[in-house]
Amino acid sequence: MFALDIGWGTTLAIKTIVILMIIPAGALILGYVFLLKVMSHMQSRLGPMDPGGFHGWYQLIGDGIKFLQKEDVMPTKADKRVFAAAPAVVVLSTFLVFAVIPMGPDLVVKDLDIGVFYALAVSSLSVIGVLMAGWASANKFALLGALRAAAQLIAYELPLLLAVVGVVIQAGSMSLQDIVLQQQNGEIFGWDFIGNPFILTQFIGFGLFLVASQAELTQTPFDMPVAESELVAGYMVEYTGFRFLFFFIGEFGTAFGFSALAATLFLGGWSIPGVDGDWANILGPGVLFAKLMIVAFLMFWVRFTYPRLREDQLQALAWKFLIPIGLINILLTGVFKVAF
Amino acid sequence: MTAPTHASARSEGPGWVPQPGVSEPSVGMNVELDTGDMVLNLGPQHPATHGTLRLVIRLDGERVLTADPVIGYMHRGYEKLTEFRTYPQVTTLINRIDWLSSFANEVPFMDAAERLMGIEAPPRAQWIRTTLTELSRIATFLLFLGEMGLQVGALTPAFYGFRDREHVLNLIEAATGGRFHPNFNRIGGLKDDLPWGWIAETRATMKIVLDACDQFEDLVLGNEIFGARTRGIGIIPSDVGTAYGVSGSNLRASGVDWDLRRDARPYLAYPDLDFKVWTHPDGDSYSRYWVRLQETREAARMVLQCLEGMPAGPIMAKVPRIIKVPEGEVWVETENPLGQMAYYVVSKGATGPFRVKIRSASFSNVSILPWLLQGVFVPDVITILASLYFILGDIDR
Amino acid sequence: MHDELLALLKSAGFNGDAILETADAHGGLVVRVANAQWRRAAEVAKEHLACDYLSFISGIDWQPAPREGDEAGGDTSSPVQPTEMTFGAAGSAGRFQVFAHVQSTSKKWGLTFKSDVDDADPRVESWVPVYSGADWHERECWEMYGFTFDGHPGLRHLYLPFEFEGHPLRKDYPLLARVVKPWPGLVDVEPMPGEPDTDAPSEAATEAET
Repeated sequence: MFALDIGWGTTLAIKTIVILMIIPAGALILGYVFLLKVMSHMQSRLGPMDPGGFHGWYQLIGDGIKFLQKEDVMPTKADKRVFAAAPAVVVLSTFLVFAVIPMGPDLVVKDLDIGVFYALAVSSLSVIGVLMAGWASANKFALLGALRAAAQLIAYELPLLLAVVGVVIQAGSMSLQDIVLQQQNGEIFGWDFIGNPFILTQFIGFGLFLVASQAELTQTPFDMPVAESELVAGYMVEYTGFRFLFFFIGEFGTAFGFSALAATLFLGGWSIPGVDGDWANILGPGVLFAKLMIVAFLMFWVRFTYPRLREDQLQALAWKFLIPIGLINILLTGVFKVAF
Repeated sequence: MTAPTHASARSEGPGWVPQPGVSEPSVGMNVELDTGDMVLNLGPQHPATHGTLRLVIRLDGERVLTADPVIGYMHRGYEKLTEFRTYPQVTTLINRIDWLSSFANEVPFMDAAERLMGIEAPPRAQWIRTTLTELSRIATFLLFLGEMGLQVGALTPAFYGFRDREHVLNLIEAATGGRFHPNFNRIGGLKDDLPWGWIAETRATMKIVLDACDQFEDLVLGNEIFGARTRGIGIIPSDVGTAYGVSGSNLRASGVDWDLRRDARPYLAYPDLDFKVWTHPDGDSYSRYWVRLQETREAARMVLQCLEGMPAGPIMAKVPRIIKVPEGEVWVETENPLGQMAYYVVSKGATGPFRVKIRSASFSNVSILPWLLQGVFVPDVITILASLYFILGDIDR
Repeated sequence: MHDELLALLKSAGFNGDAILETADAHGGLVVRVANAQWRRAAEVAKEHLACDYLSFISGIDWQPAPREGDEAGGDTSSPVQPTEMTFGAAGSAGRFQVFAHVQSTSKKWGLTFKSDVDDADPRVESWVPVYSGADWHERECWEMYGFTFDGHPGLRHLYLPFEFEGHPLRKDYPLLARVVKPWPGLVDVEPMPGEPDTDAPSEAATEAET
């Protein structure tokens, strides 16, 4: 239907622009919907209503302008170049994740054979940015926050990976596009009306993935690196204005990315039953967006409700609880894969 | 070899400081890295100190070696100022000691002046005082119940705490005209009687308060992570607590069955009320939260009892126009939301006090911190600070 | 209750020279002990009277505050206190006294100890070995009154800045705010609305003119 013949250069340009648009847009959407509205309503308040637009969504634009106007403060003793580079590193890792997430049968920047592996690998790059920020800030709170972040992200890489391994075994592929197709074309005991979203078989993996990604995103109950009541704002305590906005975009952009990843791996990504071909290309992004918002709602619901764990409790949870469960899940998946 | 020094990690100068009996480390393979202690200034501007308390903490990693509270950033010298005020004027000052429960601060001072003068407020005034004292206790504790959640990382309870406290503050405002600093007590009684409809309104609000307590029990106390963060953290043994002068709910959470409303010289209408003194044997942060939750409920029940038993009659005793307090001295203590609030008033027969020793609860409650914070982790410092529940004005006076 | 407390004190061997005077201050027992017996008073109270709870330690300066015209620069706007030095319950030998309140959480009683300290070299034994909480109270008393507590682990400033000089709660230390600008205090000097102002044109009047 849309057989467009355009050169590879144009394609690349379009893809780059789309990716560059998706992250800030996604971050803003999550920031508005969850941080300003859902959280407010959960806390028996309304959030910003007056700035204009539906439920005051212009507030986001106002916030953006405010961040741009702010003075760019850099501590005297800061390591200037590292300090400036850190937010970029954090945001960069977020951008890279989106390169492999499919939004339709053909709507994918690059369908890597090892897409899952790649996504998880680049998403953990952000810890380098966090460490850089904490170290370069020449602030003790920032340093503590950065070291906490490093320890935490290392500990939670493993459960995250183990949670995904079950999906990979079941799909028999590490390409995200293949995984989506497997879910779309799969069947449950010969009944293939809704395909086979892996959440039905990999519900343990889904739970693990949510918990671990919550830790990767440094969201409550695992928000020790930024712990407001302890470390004030952790590694970003010295950042102002535009640089802080970068961290903000990084934080919510990563949340957007992980939600999309979870939706792709466990909820069938862009696929909906009965839609194929070009229509899937048209509806795909919307479907993926709806699914990832569901996942994001779960994540943020927990974030707004739970208290924060302590650093040692967090480690104990990862090593004593999540990793064994992840291993058992893989074992079970393997057994069932062989048996059926 | 010494560890690489860094501006943020090593504020205490160079990495190696010559010490007697310790030889300078030589460069070699089997020398442990010198991980020096880090001095962390928690405060004076820090979200966990809700005010201007400063804690100088020496850290080894995340473990606290020593903690030294530095107070006085808000010291206003009330003990000196009271010597330059007349008795009615002092009320304005003491309103601002523990600013969350200002009304409760006024009561013991009025009691002291009345005892020195040998007058007694009429029963209705006493009962209204009791009601408002318990209302300020509820307001203070509701804030704590939410605030504690915030300090251990949960954002939402704090908003619920503020939301429900608002109802109680509205009541206090309706009766006294002031939300925070009522300045409602007069020597020998009260400024005004209760407004029309206030009692029915208060009854309805107590229902809200009791519901809010249930909600906090579910949302905060029932949360596993909250339990993990607070159970066994900051244990105050009862003998240590009393030696440091820790009082109020903090001491009752350590199993000491001591409530001045019941055990001090009878004051206000408390002898006529039926209430239970809650204690908890553990003495940790969790039990402090638990005790305050129960006391909020108990206070709501006491308010309801007060409304039931409120006698009719005048609200002011016969008091001379210019108040001169006869020579003498008196010690008056009351159970305030934060603990034992007491005044030792020395009068020399003048219109103003000669010396007022203000014994505020938070001062002693916080003085236990150097002992309590040894060996805990940084997040536990926040838990302990939050669970002790101090008001900076109450420390610094 | 007072008799019982005093009997307990006596049975603990705390009498004779140790107790100088006792008084009943509006229902509270005040026991004035000799300066040398100050710490023992705490020990006896803790062991024999079950007074495990330290409420506070502080000081009193019985000297009247200087009035306006005095060299120290007091003012008349504050409540007028007697000009001669009088002492409160249980008396005092000199200008300075240290006093403390201890209580029993089990027996629900309490009493106030007082002790005279020397005018020139105010000095008394520390209670820190008996009540750990005495630390901060004695630091406060040290900076506010200049009393030295022997045996205290570190008398540092508590409230005041480290370079602060003087002892603010002593009566001869002026309230600096009053020295700079006298405060109306007792007298309401502001004219009532509508009344003619005798001293200066009121703001309303000046505004009306312009």
